[in-house]
Amino acid sequence: MRMKKRTSSLIILKRMARNKGAIFGLIVVLLIVFVAIFAPVVAPKDPYKQDLLASLEPPSWKHPFGTDVFGRDVLSRVIYGARTSLSISALAVLIAFVLGASVGTVAGYFGGVLDEVLMRFLDVLMAFPDILLAIAIVAALGPGKINLVVAIAIYSFPQFARVMRASALTIKNSEYVEAAKAIGESSFSIMVRYVLPNALAPLLVQATLRMATAVLTISGLSFLGLGVKPPEAEWGTDLAMARVYLEIAPHLGIFPGLALFLTVLGFNLFGDGLNDALNPRLKDR
Amino acid sequence: MLKFVVRRLLLLIPVVIGVSIVSFSIMHMIPGDPARIIAGEGATIEDIMSIRTKYGLDRPLIEQYLRFMKGIITNDLRSIRTERPILTELLPRFANTAQLALVSIVISSVIGVTLGIVSAVKRNSWIDTFSMVFSLVGVSMPIFWLGILLIILFAVTLRWLPSGGKGGIEHLILPALTLGLATSAIIARMTRASMLEVLNQDYVRTVVAFGLPRRKVIYKYVLRNAMIPVVTVIGLQFGYLLGGAVLTESVFGWPGLGRFVVDSIFSRDYIAVQVGIMMIATSFVLVNLLVDLVYALIDPRLRRG
Repeated sequence: MRMKKRTSSLIILKRMARNKGAIFGLIVVLLIVFVAIFAPVVAPKDPYKQDLLASLEPPSWKHPFGTDVFGRDVLSRVIYGARTSLSISALAVLIAFVLGASVGTVAGYFGGVLDEVLMRFLDVLMAFPDILLAIAIVAALGPGKINLVVAIAIYSFPQFARVMRASALTIKNSEYVEAAKAIGESSFSIMVRYVLPNALAPLLVQATLRMATAVLTISGLSFLGLGVKPPEAEWGTDLAMARVYLEIAPHLGIFPGLALFLTVLGFNLFGDGLNDALNPRLKDR
Repeated sequence: MLKFVVRRLLLLIPVVIGVSIVSFSIMHMIPGDPARIIAGEGATIEDIMSIRTKYGLDRPLIEQYLRFMKGIITNDLRSIRTERPILTELLPRFANTAQLALVSIVISSVIGVTLGIVSAVKRNSWIDTFSMVFSLVGVSMPIFWLGILLIILFAVTLRWLPSGGKGGIEHLILPALTLGLATSAIIARMTRASMLEVLNQDYVRTVVAFGLPRRKVIYKYVLRNAMIPVVTVIGLQFGYLLGGAVLTESVFGWPGLGRFVVDSIFSRDYIAVQVGIMMIATSFVLVNLLVDLVYALIDPRLRRG
């Protein structure tokens, strides 16, 4: 049993290694995570230190990405922005994962009226297009980092629930679940010991892809002024300020966006690669 | 077909009611007293009390919800900030968003479908590679950054177009291009996949074996069948554009519904927020229904079930 599991993950790893996009995505993600964790070491300057004499300077040796209107070093702000963005999105996706997996398992495993009610509820949440649901939640709770986590977790969990439910529907009819039932295991124990672990792979793919969406949503909300508040370094917040000074300092509009784009691209590529490695038949479509 | 339409319409009712409940709840999820928040800082107890009675905030929630819904239908519900009927306030904004979304969907369909067809027909050519990279970049592109980049290029550097506001057609180009480019990536990806699938079908192989010219096979048989899923994706994207326009509208100062909702959050006009969000979500649901019906119309197999 142990052997078999190790070889199957080895096959998946090998498939991943052949996928150039996935490798690129993984490298980008690792790089951003590294920068986020070691921001104080990596950043050349203090991202909050103002120098009004050096306001809106274009890129130079001293400030590779230039300076913003308060004379703060944009490179350092972009680096600290990774920290803000990744910490919020990781926490939100983790909550959404747990919440979604629980709801999906219960709905799929028990079925019936409970499943119907839960799924209709998810339909309602998914009827709010794009970041509108997140906007609605922030409108109610008010801006701020913790509310941002709540908003993004609620906005992301229906996808996890959907994926989990689909897996639970097939798993509950499998022989090993039947065997577990026959020896008298409780429903709870079956869900935790058999249903959940066997549905982990598609959930992980979903988690990677949802990280991309979460990062996008955080910066989108912050761009609208509904997310992270200035002066805290965040890509969307900094882009909102850049928008005001585009005419005189276009460089401000480039770098935070580039960091944001690369992060999202990294998670998307890695997630797609993971998906292809887990479902090789879907590959060429 | 009639049975299918009726069934879909009936299924719509609980979702629309659910959407209205969630939208209504926004004001009641606020931690603290909504009357106090509407009154703002420095309000006296009397102010808060009068607001509470004025908006019926002292009534049971069910009654408040029914009053809210009735107020929308009869257009008696008024914006907190401007005191004008809320629909009178929102409908012109909605028209602006719809205009933007409509032009964007035309742009993205033209770019997406063309790119998808060409890259499927000339598989593994440079244009196919370009189209794959384009889709990949498009899917990961933050829409507001794309807008900023287009402003830097066309408004700041080249000075061809204005960077924001509403006026003549020149004000519509950049926001529509921003939204259009972002969605064309998904349409291109879908068109390519759908074309490749049809190209591999037995009946296509058969007509090729019969000796029909490749060009004719593609236009007469492949395209027509490959377009069915593409129509769905385009329809779904249109729905997303209605909601996703929020960010684009903010970048370009386009006076649409999404931006109005965000402005209303800042001015604590919760009625405008509730109704605005409900309007966007409901139109999204309606567009999705329309897409399903069109889909069933083109592909009779789907009418069952």
